[in-house]
Order: sequence, then structure tokens, then C-alpha cells
Amino acid sequence: MLVYTAKRLVLALLVAFTISVLSFSLLFLAGDPAAAIAGETATDQEIERIRTMFGFDRPIWLQYLEWVSRAIQGDFGRSYYFGMPVTELILSRIPVTLTLAGSAMAFALVVGIPMGVIAALYPNSIIDRIALTIAVCGQALPSFWFALMLIVLFGFMIPILPPSGSDSWQHFILPTIVLGYYATPSLMRLTRTGMLEVLSADYIRTARAKGLFPRTVLFKHALRNAVIPVVSVAAVEFGFMLGGSIVIETVFALHGTGYLAWESIRRADFPTVQALILVFSLFYVVLTFVSDLLNAWLDPRIRVA
Amino acid sequence: MSRILEVENLRVDIPLESGTLHAVRDISFHVDKGETLCIVGESGCGKSLTSLALMGLLPTKAIRTANRLSLGGRDLKTLNETQMADIRGSRMAMIFQEPMTSLNPAYTIGNQLAEAMLRHRKVNPNEARERAIYLLEKVGITAAASRLGQYPHQLSGGLRQRVMIAMALMCGPDMILADEPTTALDVTIQAQILHLLANLQKEFEMGLVLITHDLGIVARVAHRVAVMYAGQIVEEGTVEDIFRRPMHPYTQGLLRCIPIPGKTARGAHLGSIPGMVPSLIGDLKGCAFANRCPHAFSDCNTTDVALRDASGGQRYRCLLSQEAATQNAREAATA
Amino acid sequence: MAVTSTTIPTMDAIVGPSPGQRLRKRVFGHRGVMIGGIILLVMVLMALFAPLIAPHDPYTQSLANRLVPPVWHETGSWTHPLGTDQLGRDYLSRVIYGVRISLFIGISVAFVSAIIGSAMGLAAGYFGGRVDLVVTFLITCRLSMPVILVALAVVALIGSSLTVVVSVLGLLLWDRFAVVMRSATMQVRALDYVASARAAGCSNARIVFSEILPNVMNPLIVVATLEIANAVLLEAALSFLGLGVQPPLPSWGLMISEGKDYLLFDPWLITIPGLMLFVLLLAINLMGDGMRDVTAPENRN
Repeated sequence: MLVYTAKRLVLALLVAFTISVLSFSLLFLAGDPAAAIAGETATDQEIERIRTMFGFDRPIWLQYLEWVSRAIQGDFGRSYYFGMPVTELILSRIPVTLTLAGSAMAFALVVGIPMGVIAALYPNSIIDRIALTIAVCGQALPSFWFALMLIVLFGFMIPILPPSGSDSWQHFILPTIVLGYYATPSLMRLTRTGMLEVLSADYIRTARAKGLFPRTVLFKHALRNAVIPVVSVAAVEFGFMLGGSIVIETVFALHGTGYLAWESIRRADFPTVQALILVFSLFYVVLTFVSDLLNAWLDPRIRVA
Repeated sequence: MSRILEVENLRVDIPLESGTLHAVRDISFHVDKGETLCIVGESGCGKSLTSLALMGLLPTKAIRTANRLSLGGRDLKTLNETQMADIRGSRMAMIFQEPMTSLNPAYTIGNQLAEAMLRHRKVNPNEARERAIYLLEKVGITAAASRLGQYPHQLSGGLRQRVMIAMALMCGPDMILADEPTTALDVTIQAQILHLLANLQKEFEMGLVLITHDLGIVARVAHRVAVMYAGQIVEEGTVEDIFRRPMHPYTQGLLRCIPIPGKTARGAHLGSIPGMVPSLIGDLKGCAFANRCPHAFSDCNTTDVALRDASGGQRYRCLLSQEAATQNAREAATA
Repeated sequence: MAVTSTTIPTMDAIVGPSPGQRLRKRVFGHRGVMIGGIILLVMVLMALFAPLIAPHDPYTQSLANRLVPPVWHETGSWTHPLGTDQLGRDYLSRVIYGVRISLFIGISVAFVSAIIGSAMGLAAGYFGGRVDLVVTFLITCRLSMPVILVALAVVALIGSSLTVVVSVLGLLLWDRFAVVMRSATMQVRALDYVASARAAGCSNARIVFSEILPNVMNPLIVVATLEIANAVLLEAALSFLGLGVQPPLPSWGLMISEGKDYLLFDPWLITIPGLMLFVLLLAINLMGDGMRDVTAPENRN
């Protein structure tokens, strides 16, 4: 387990390093940041002035080293637009996004796993078909459109929930449903597949041959093994949720990091965008690292080896 | 001797798209206390389904019917799923073919050993643990106490099968069903496990149904033998009778397939039974073995054959008279 | 042969229908593939013949005819069956032209990312070892980066256009191709006929293209289908956020974004393009999932 953890950690660090390079150079590969900041009407002199002012005229690797060494200390520079330290800006927005993603994940797990289990227990039954329909529709539903529909429905036609903003917990209900619904199908399908596979395993037959209660067979012997892959996918989905939060937060005007990303991208606020790409990616790296460990811990074949 | 298991006209039908598969067709047998019955036959003849049917572990779409199905005088036919679960692992236990996959990878040996006992008997975890250690030692596992904390993947196949045997014995059942318990193991381990099973059965005076396709195993451990072909018992008798005086052409064919050291000449052809097993889907008429039988005549294809009694309690399912069958057996033995 | 019911099965019973027959039977017997296929066919025809079907020019504005409701409204009329938008453009025509954009982007993105991802997956699966290590690492890195955020940032920098959207998404969506092709190649590589091709001294390129590629086509096609849906969805999201396809192009995502301000009083402006998106995505996904069932029935649950 220790060797395993160490290996995973090294991998995670390597990925983090690569991503820091990517997220930094991405903006340079994509075009001239000075021109982008200056705007379309700027003259060549103005662009040149911005270039020297922000230090874009220096070699990229030097800029990267400077950026990354500061970033390690938690300093991502100042936001061009908001005029405050990027770190402070992001920290002030993170709670909203984490609340949203966390509650959406909880929603997806609470809906997805039981539905997957039921669908696997009664394959081809009505419940299975309903679950499958929900899953298939979920894949095809554009999240922003679904969000708008819910806003129309519950914000105005049956006005029981606030349509936008992030002032109270009620503001999080609709975004949670939208974001959570998006992750539900994959968790549900995976639980169903895992359960079907596990239920036909020899050790389930052994458990039944021992005369164990059906609930013991189901929860102790089957579900435990079936959820192992669900754990890692849930972590991946959580990462996707952070990405998806850009769209959802924009639609619902929730002032989290996703909304911040959209704002700063529109305003060519480089330090913020770079920092956000790195933060989002690192979040994902940490999540997969944790899920790998959790997986290993759940599976004795990895844990005790 | 007291009857432990009695089975009369057990049938297992599986509805398929192309018709009903009659996997087990009217088989009847019994097992006494301290007795080993070997059910022999090639793969697909219905022996595994027979054992699952007894345990009530058939796949959901399979249909089980029987005139009589009793364990220690108790009628199993009328029991519902919960009552059946009370019997499984308690009065009747099963050992499966695949020790590598029959244990749950997520739990320790100790956990999986104890759970049947905790379910069926009023014991505390400590008592279950004591019993587990006692039985692990019984099945020849050293350092039993420390094995309890190990996971299945840390044990070899032979050890896992020993654990499976110990697991079956946890509640002291009257009846053990072992479905090809040694097939997946190395030859050297096979012998050990068989000896172990035979000894334990003697010691605990259980009834044992041992399902196998290996006649060598049968010769070593069986008291009585039932030969299955195409879902039916085609011959039944004591192990001595079956090996010395096989009446059914299929049994004769099976025995011809075993090389006998010192008797079968080096390089001589081993016997084989030509042809293939008929499909068991749809209505069946006549003798199922007729298309492969060297002695078949026209009636074999049209007449349903009943089991008939031969001397010494032996029974066989063939139209040939006892004299003709004995004659064939003698010819087969000398051929 | 003796006439009894316990006869030896006939050749037909043993061999059964040919693989081709069975595949055809499964395709036509599969409801998902059929429904998805029919909808998709209609969509493709709509895209191809948009100029013939559309009643009006999708770009002609008419300020006098702004926000005309669809025909099922009291004030609607058959002149504009789905009404007009905030600039008086015929909504039906825009919806019909919109399918062109979605399909174009979906297919081109899937094509670009299929080439990148398959090349990586094939290399990793075939050569294994260090190549595999590098590819797996790249996949991990790629998965860590949030697609929407990176795509938004890059598009914002370069300036948005159809080509930019296609290239950016194409360069971002190769991960699933790489993952699936890698494992598919590994499976095929382990098979006997590949081993015998190697023993016969065939070159790597030859083995990859004539022995492996044909045998991993099924998963490739399935992933490509699902990736088309993914690209369509992402384009719509980018356009909705104002950083995808630019006006006046009738992208469905963009149309929803433009109709957003009229959400309360003219909800059809967002309902109709959203429904179209939903139906298109549903059809593609049904096809993809269905094809997975059909080509690999043993993996179906």
C-alpha cells in the first residue's frame, strides 16, 4: 500500500507539473496576450507598451519560472480586471463552487446508486427501463438548456425557487439538480453494470449457499464489490462538475469560480485565467489521487499485497 | 442406516427461446447417513443443475419439480425461499468447483467462515472464531488463527478449497453437496482434498453427494454411484457392481475410456464414445443414448426406457435384458 | 438418419445464421439503433437540403416582423411556422440551417480527435512499454484539464470562428479515443493471429494496419459516434456562452443564448432550438449505444 501510494503521488506531481506548463504556455501558444489585452482598437505602440509593462517581451521559460515559483507560494499575481490578488479573488469564490459541486455529487450518488442497484436487481423491469430512459435522456440534455427550462418552470411559472443569485441555500437547489443530473446516468449505469456482474459471481452463489439473508448477500457481498469502480468514476465526475460549473454558474449567476472563469476570460484577465486553469486541473489531480487511494483501500487485492 | 436425502422424480426445466430445455429429467436417488453417492457423467448432463436444484440455488428462470425432495425427513419442496435459506449452510452445505472465485475478494477468510454460523446458530463472534480455527486445523491448514485475517487472494487454490470445505462444515450439516470440488486443482492437490473430504465425511457421519466426471475419484471414495446421461440417471448401484458389472452401454463405454495400469497395453487405443449428446430441448422420445449406442435396435428410438432392477439393488435404464447386458459387459471388458 | 426427436442436430442448428445475417438481424431488431438511425437520417437530409426545405433565408432580418410567435399561438401564422426571432428572422429556417452547423462541427471534431486519439492509442497498445507509459501520462494530463475552461480561454484569445472551434475541440477531445483504442489494441495484439503475423516477419506498420486496425474498428466507430454527440454538446455550450460560433450563424446554442433575454414572454425562442439539440443528441447517443450492443453483444448488460 505504501509503495502504491508513493507511486501514485509521484504520478500526481508529474501531472501537476505538466499541467502548470500547459496552462501557462497555452495562452502564449494561442496568440499574442498583449494584443488581446489591448483590445481590437489598440495601436501597435500601445500593444508594445503593454508587452513591456507585463513583461511579455521576456523569454517564455523565464516568465514561466517566475510565475510558477510565485504560484507555489500561493501568489498568482494581480487580476487585471478586478485589481486584486488573484489568490484572494479565487479563494473568495471557491466556497460557492464547492458547495454546488458537493451537493450535486451528493444528489448524483443518492439518486444514481440506489437506482443502479434496483435496475440490476430487476433487469428489464419497468424500473430498469425508467432508469435507462433517464440515463439516455441525461446524456442528451444540454445542461444550460435544462437549466433555463428549470428556471422558467420553477422560477416563474411555479415560482417556488429563486431563479438566480447565490444568497441563500434555496439558490443552490436548481443548480444542484442540473449539475447532479448530469453525473447521475454514468454513476447509475456503472452501478447497474457492476451489480449485474457481481451478482453472477461465484462468491455470491457461495454466500447464498450459506443461507445468508438476501440483504446480507446484496449489501455485504455484492454492493461492496460493485461500488469499487463507482468510487473512481465519482471522483472523475466530481472533476467534470467543476468544469461544468462554468456553464451552470453562468446561467444561474452563482458567483463561484466558474462564473469568475467566464468573467475573466471575456475580459482577457490572464493571471486569473491561468490560475483558474491550474486550480481546476490540480483539483482534478488531487481527486483522482484520493480516489486511487480509496479504491486501493476498498480492494484488499491492492491494499494487502 | 437412516436416510438423509431422498429425491424422487426431480425435474429441472429451463424455458428458452427455442423451446424448453429438459436439463434434469425425473431423477431419483437417496443418500444415507455416512454414505457417499457419486454422480458421474460428462459435462452438460445435468449433474451440476441437480445439486443446485437441491440447494434451491437454480437460476431464476429454471423450473424445479419433484415428487419428493426431503432432507432428514423434512420436505424441501414446500419450503419458501426464507425457510430454504434457513436450511442452506445449516443442514445442507455445498462445495463448489471454482475455489479461485468462490470466495469474496473483499472479506477476510475469518469473516467469511464465521458468517454462516453467526447466521444459523446462536453464537457470539468469539465462538464462531473458535469453531473456524478448529475446522481450519481439521482441513489441514497450519497456523489457522493467523489465516483468519488473510484475504482469499493471499491463498493458493488448494488452500482456498480447504477453506471452502471448512466453511461448509461450520454449522455441522447432515449433508454435503460437492460439485467437482477438485476439478480446478493440480493433480497432486486433488488427491489430498479427496482424502480430506472422505475422512471428514466419515468422522462427522454426514451424507455426501460428490459430483464428478472422473471415474478414478469415484473408485476411490464412492459407496454408491449414479451415472447420469442427458439429464437422466441411466445406471445406479454400489461402486463394486458398477465397476465390475456395468449394465448400461453408456457406463460400459465410460469404463472403457479409463486406462488400467498393467492391463491396458502401452500404445493401445483408449476407448471413446462416438457421436454426440442429443439436444435436450423440446419433447424427447426413446432412449437418449440410442444414437451412440453400439447395441441399439429399432425399438430404442421409439420406446421410453424405464429404469429396471438388476440383481443386488443395481438399476439400469436399457431395453436389453440383464443377461444380454452382462454379456456385453464381459465382451467390453475383454475387448 | 433415424426419425426420432433425439436425433443429432442438423447443420443449420449447429452453424446457425451467418455472422452477417446475425448482425443485420441485431441491427434491425435493435430499437435504439433503428430510432436513432431514422432521426439521424432525417437530420442529415435536413442539413443537406436546407436551402430547399427552409421557407425563408435564415439571415434576412425584418424589424417589422420581430418576435412573431409560432403557428400554434393565437397570433401566429403559417408564414413563419415557428415564428421569428428578435431580429425578425424566420425561426424555422434558422433551426433547419442550425443542424448543418451542429453536424459539421460534430463530425469534423470527431474526425480530428479520432486521428489524434487512435494514433496514440494504437501506439500505446501495440508497442506497450515506454510508449504506453508516455501515452497514458498524456491521457491523464489531458483528463485533468477542464475542457470547457480551456476551450473558452483559447477561443477567447484567438477569436471565435467555426474553424477555431473545430480545431480547439478536436485537439481536446481525443482522450476517449486513446483510452478505448489502447485497450482494444492490447486485446487484439495478444491474439494468435497477430503473433503469427509477427512470427512471419511482417513489419510493424503492416501488422498495425492490416491485422490490428480492422479488428478494432467496432469500438472506434462506437467511440466516434459518442464523441460526435460530445462535440455537438460542447459547441452548443461554447456558443451559448458567447465564445463559440459567432452571430449571425444560426447555431442552436447561440440561438438559445440570444433567446435567453426573452425567456419569460417568448419562451419558444429557447424551447425550440433546445429540443432540436436534445433530439439530435438523443439520436446520436442511441446509435452509439446501440452499435455497442450490436457489435459486442457479449458485453451488453
